[in-house]
Amino acid sequence: MIRVILPAHLQLLARVDAEVVLQVSGPVTQRSILDALEAAYPTLCGTIREYETLRRRPLVRFFACEEDVSHDSPDAVLPEAIARGTEPFLIIGAIAGG
Amino acid sequence: MSRVRVLVGTRKGAFVLTADGKRDRWNVSGPHFAGWEIYHLKGSPADPNRVYASQSSGWFGQVIQRSNDGGATWEAVGNKFVYDGQPGTHQWYDGTPHPWEFKRVWHLEPSATDPDDVYAGVEDAALFRTKDGGQSWQEVPGLRGHGSGAQWTPGAGGLCLHTILTHPTKPERMFIAISAAGAFRTNDGGATWQPINRGLVSKYIPDPTAEIGHCVHRIGMHPSKPDVLFMQKHWDVMRSNDGGDSWHEISGNLPTDFGFALGIHAHEPETIYVVPIKSDSEHFPLDGQLRVYRSRTGGNDWEALTTGLPQQDCYVNVLRGAMTTDRLDPCGVYFGTTGGQVYASSNAGDTWAPIVRDLPAVLSVEVQTIP
Repeated sequence: MIRVILPAHLQLLARVDAEVVLQVSGPVTQRSILDALEAAYPTLCGTIREYETLRRRPLVRFFACEEDVSHDSPDAVLPEAIARGTEPFLIIGAIAGG
Repeated sequence: MSRVRVLVGTRKGAFVLTADGKRDRWNVSGPHFAGWEIYHLKGSPADPNRVYASQSSGWFGQVIQRSNDGGATWEAVGNKFVYDGQPGTHQWYDGTPHPWEFKRVWHLEPSATDPDDVYAGVEDAALFRTKDGGQSWQEVPGLRGHGSGAQWTPGAGGLCLHTILTHPTKPERMFIAISAAGAFRTNDGGATWQPINRGLVSKYIPDPTAEIGHCVHRIGMHPSKPDVLFMQKHWDVMRSNDGGDSWHEISGNLPTDFGFALGIHAHEPETIYVVPIKSDSEHFPLDGQLRVYRSRTGGNDWEALTTGLPQQDCYVNVLRGAMTTDRLDPCGVYFGTTGGQVYASSNAGDTWAPIVRDLPAVLSVEVQTIP
């Protein structure tokens, strides 16, 4: 089980609480988590990563085990604690603006 | 008795304001989509219960919401807006080429006859259409492809297609407006377009009478006179009597002819409304007095409407999508401000009262008149 914490705007859009739990098959990476998240909650498609390129939207950040992994490869394997579900994968809106 | 449903888009959510035909007691519903920018909501003329909303965020992009019960409940539908083919470039503020990048939907225009058929005007400027109730969107490529797109330059608010007008009896004839490219017309359902900016004079661009490059803030049309168009340009209020082939100025005795919003009386096609704003550097009313100006003669002769509006220390703005009129008799007029007030007049502008005073900054106001 993978735990994912969503920002408030996306909780509202997906009609979920802050944390959602996902099943991810294969290596646990940003890509596999986001694929599973979008499959479970299709309304999130296009809001975290762009449709055509699947690139992270510029003001979205990813954190794993207190590290900013936003600029890591989407196919890099995430820490074991994320894969075990002892730590959540955080999706947050960048702190920008007023 | 008929009733009205006012659809309000704000910086932090949508609100639905409802009243009976007297329009003196209001029910307020919202915020819907709290925390998201709602650039526009609009109901289907063919099915008043069908309402669309453009929900967006600088962080999380664009979402389109659809309601089948007049805005009580909503479902997210398609949000994939991809330009047709290679997007190419338009002109950036500094004159250099800049790639076309989708940012948000500014305007939703449902068909008069089919609630699943909707046009969307977007930033960076393009026209999209859905025929399946918003599940999927396709660009109408003739507009960006007609030849001048590479010269279009953003206005201060972005390169936005903000207004879509459809002819009341010939749906293949449409008018759109883009800041800061100008107005365009199609007679073939969007396959081909022509710029319709002859007569516009904009001193702030290199060639003040250029075919392209005018910062058109709003255009409007009365369905009984579809060849008469009104325009609030950056500066100047304009009129065309020939479907946009030519324009002439009707600013007349307005105290300032800068502004954004424009309204047209439902039953008097020569009665129009604007909200003069001091200047492009001072986006608030003159002298701290919020005044709607009404012309009953199709322009040039304007009267200030002030009863019920703040006449001192008022420094709000009224944005381009934030004024509209209902179909009741007497005609109702509505506008919203960046200070979060939504004002209504149930007597064609003679007197005004706030429906709400403290919403987030208002981006758009539309009204449905429901039998």
